[in-house]
Amino acid sequence: MKKNRVIPVLLLKNGWLVQSRGFSRHQNLGNPIDAVKRLSKWASDELVYLDISRDNIYDTRRDDQGYKNISSFLGIIENISKEVFMPMTIGGKIKNLNDIEDRLLLGADKVSINTEAYNNNKLIEDAAKEFGSQCIVVSMDVKKTELGNRVFTKFGKEDTGYGPLYWAKLMEDYGAGEILLNSIDRDGSGEGYDIELLDQISSECSCPIIAFGGVGEWEHFKEALDKTNVDSVAAANIFQYTDQSVYMAKKYLSNNGCNVRKPDLLKI
Amino acid sequence: MEEKLVCVLDYGSGNVGSVSNLLQHLGINTIISNKEKEIQKSTHLILPGVGSFGSAMEKIRKNLPMTLIEDDVVYKKKPFLGICIGMQVLANYGFEFGKHDGLGWIEGNVEKIDSGDNPLPHIGWNNVTSVQESKLMMGFEEINDFYFVNSYCFKVQNESNLIAETTYHKNFASVIGRDNILGVQFHPEKSQGAGQKIIKNFLEYK
Repeated sequence: MKKNRVIPVLLLKNGWLVQSRGFSRHQNLGNPIDAVKRLSKWASDELVYLDISRDNIYDTRRDDQGYKNISSFLGIIENISKEVFMPMTIGGKIKNLNDIEDRLLLGADKVSINTEAYNNNKLIEDAAKEFGSQCIVVSMDVKKTELGNRVFTKFGKEDTGYGPLYWAKLMEDYGAGEILLNSIDRDGSGEGYDIELLDQISSECSCPIIAFGGVGEWEHFKEALDKTNVDSVAAANIFQYTDQSVYMAKKYLSNNGCNVRKPDLLKI
Repeated sequence: MEEKLVCVLDYGSGNVGSVSNLLQHLGINTIISNKEKEIQKSTHLILPGVGSFGSAMEKIRKNLPMTLIEDDVVYKKKPFLGICIGMQVLANYGFEFGKHDGLGWIEGNVEKIDSGDNPLPHIGWNNVTSVQESKLMMGFEEINDFYFVNSYCFKVQNESNLIAETTYHKNFASVIGRDNILGVQFHPEKSQGAGQKIIKNFLEYK
């Protein structure tokens, strides 16, 4: 039987691994490559790596490590793919088919596209045709407004005016192979996923939905897997704070009857 | 003992790098090539692959010295491992976007997975269960999870070529083989420890 995946998300800002809260506050967590190695040892099912740098300013303190913003972001990816043998999704700053190809050639298995999917729907269609739906993930950020749930782009700043279900179905029609569904309200809160949102989208879409945003305890993963049709559960912060976090999460889930790959600790 | 040298056959498939990264990580002498000389001097061949059947076959014919490889593998019995599309092209025909000729090294056709209500592509970690003993699957316990990305699967004509199966609504072939010619539908290069073990087992073939 195919397993539900447990997926750590790494947020990278100007060369640093960061924690995010409400899409606005970012706290530095250290070296991104070390983090990836740890997550790999703890047998993560997959990794999502998102570059959330806002601009082309880079932190000069990174000079000693020799990488800066986008070119360096790709350099980091290249480095990682030599050491880590699990599926990797890369997102951030993807504008065209060349950007996608660059990432796939560096060892990414999938790319995650957010803002550009809104600016140019055709990119999703073209990308699915060129590279196959299996490597096109559309990431969507949802926020509650007075008019109900809305999809936001540009790092959660711009209201697209679209409801999440409409947007998810549209992206699926264009050829998105998976949807990374994030709640801006829950981001960094530790209060748990927006179960209602996950349920609405995962019961209507046929492509796999990856739940994201709000996990503060292992139980939150189980809640999403039990109560909704999501295929995978993702989180960022929680996986950075506990030793052997992914192993612990999977152990909790498998002990509690969830259909996950058995917990493991790998020698790398 | 003769030194092992693996050639990852380079025909313009995107994941050649991931496969050779894994081999190098395991400390195995590896070359990525489509040159006759290099292929001839290697002890093991790996054909990786992503994409669709027709486009993979087109690139294979265009970029690889297939007469030499066929002589090496089919007649001289050099160990050969096809991964994902690299496994599927071993079939007689593939039916993805029309009917295409395959290499025909293992009898069978490649058809869409009958997934019932489950979504396609079949993406993620799934069990691989052996249906017969083989060197490739040696040392694995009953349940082994490997990473898959596929919408199509290999239907073997001859059951003796079926080594292991995977369930996604129905069963499909996840490992096939005929003597020195082997194929895996999953991605060893993305399957962490289990994938590394498969590669090590493959190198035991002579």
